[in-house]
Amino acid sequence: MVEKIQPGDAIHPGKPVTVDRYGPGARVNHWITAASLILLAISGLALFTPSLYFLTSLFGGGQNTRALHPWIGVVLFLSFFVFFFQLWRANLPERVDIIWLSKIRDLLSGHEENLPELGKYNAGQKFIFWAMTLLILVLIGTGVMIWEQYFAEYFTIPARRVAVLAHSVAAVLIICIFILHVYAAIWTRGTLRAMTRGSVTGGWAWRHHRKWLRELAGQRKTGPAK
Amino acid sequence: MSDSPRTAVSNPPTQPMQSNLGQGDLIRRSATADLPPPTRQLTAVAKLIDVSKCIGCKACQSACVEWNDTYPEVGENAGVYENPHDLTENMFTLMRFTEWVNPETDSLEWLIRKDGCMHCADPGCLKACPAPGAIVQYSNGIVDFIHENCIGCGYCVKGCPFNIPRISKADHRSYKCTLCSDRVAVGQGPACAKACPTGAIVFGTKADMIKHAEGRIADLKSRGYANAGLYDPPGVGGTHVMYVLHHNDKPHIYANLPDDPKISPLVQGWKGVTKYVGIAAMSMMAVGSVIHGVFARPNRVAPEDEENAEKLVEGKPVPPPNDATTSGGR
Repeated sequence: MVEKIQPGDAIHPGKPVTVDRYGPGARVNHWITAASLILLAISGLALFTPSLYFLTSLFGGGQNTRALHPWIGVVLFLSFFVFFFQLWRANLPERVDIIWLSKIRDLLSGHEENLPELGKYNAGQKFIFWAMTLLILVLIGTGVMIWEQYFAEYFTIPARRVAVLAHSVAAVLIICIFILHVYAAIWTRGTLRAMTRGSVTGGWAWRHHRKWLRELAGQRKTGPAK
Repeated sequence: MSDSPRTAVSNPPTQPMQSNLGQGDLIRRSATADLPPPTRQLTAVAKLIDVSKCIGCKACQSACVEWNDTYPEVGENAGVYENPHDLTENMFTLMRFTEWVNPETDSLEWLIRKDGCMHCADPGCLKACPAPGAIVQYSNGIVDFIHENCIGCGYCVKGCPFNIPRISKADHRSYKCTLCSDRVAVGQGPACAKACPTGAIVFGTKADMIKHAEGRIADLKSRGYANAGLYDPPGVGGTHVMYVLHHNDKPHIYANLPDDPKISPLVQGWKGVTKYVGIAAMSMMAVGSVIHGVFARPNRVAPEDEENAEKLVEGKPVPPPNDATTSGGR
């Protein structure tokens, strides 16, 4: 299957070449999701451990934190799943991902040239995408079950105990994944602009996602020069 | 005045009194690790409910509503004696009625149990509570909700092995029986015990109540209730509300009173290993990222990468795909 080029991805010739990677819609979605996840992590951690309870003051106290957290969760769920449908096709696993993963040491030691050429996403990015997807589904599902104000009464107390445990485990995992995601974007220099300006340099695409760049060049998805 | 009241039947003095329960009497405080040790040890109190003496009059419920100044909704008769149908944030105690056919005698026994907070020595609600000071335990054994600190999350509901706390939809705070801590603080017993016309509910020190129960159990055994006994479940460290049950070998027949209540392992795991391992994992991810960021070389785009990209876009020759594997799933 030829990886479909995502709508909106396009090359702009110049010095350096720039490549559109995320349109305004995807970026807005990303930042709504990111802001929600950060707020959820802060408010959730405040209720997870007494040593972080003081964080509730950022939301106007414990009662407000308790009331706001689930609503922020709904925002995250909706924004993430709009995002999901924009990205899922490009995140389907391929055989090349296994080869890439088997050579991950080369990546970390600065020998990215030994790794196979990749489409729009590498195996690490795909892992983050699917892990986020799965964890957000778990979190929204269990979160509804323990949403005391509206839904908790429809579930038995033993079910709610399972839900609150699953919710906290999933939350810990998603925070770890979030840290990995943010750090990978920082470590791989030139990545952050994909989510701010929406574009990356041609060199970045050549280095990290060469197959994607070749496909864009080959299909003449070349926009006007800047 | 002695440190803890010995009975519920005495009348209060007419002069104003100081509260005898203060911050110095706390032995546990929710979400508080550094609680100072109590300044004194109060004598443990207990309420003993003798199920065999209860006539189901609900005077205890009325006294509870009156003393705590709650206003349970006027409900509908659904053909059962429970009124209201369940504990609510306005009804801290409830007579639960069970019609049970004793398989040994084939006779119908009308079991009436006064349900409400058991004031566990190891309170699951307090363990689960994330809000500092919303649930406290005094050295006399009373477990109390401090509503101004409550955030309405419902964790206490998950922690409780007896399904007791109820969250108000009006003020989003959790409510339950206080064992009339405000009365005990001034030397009085709980309102329900004071109101009970048959002496089915008695109140005093826990030691006295156990002794009183022994007499009642001996009496019940002499009347043919061979399994009569005291319900003071060890799984929660014992309780400060105890029952005399004529069928203590099967507490569940009394409207699903748990046979062996304990804090759910799910709650223990959530509040224990999940919390410590979780915080360690998140901290390691964060610290590891910072260390890697400081000491490891970042993955930078090289000038030749930009040159190759420019050549590719301009249609000039560029290095071919670096191996056959790049074709991926094609």
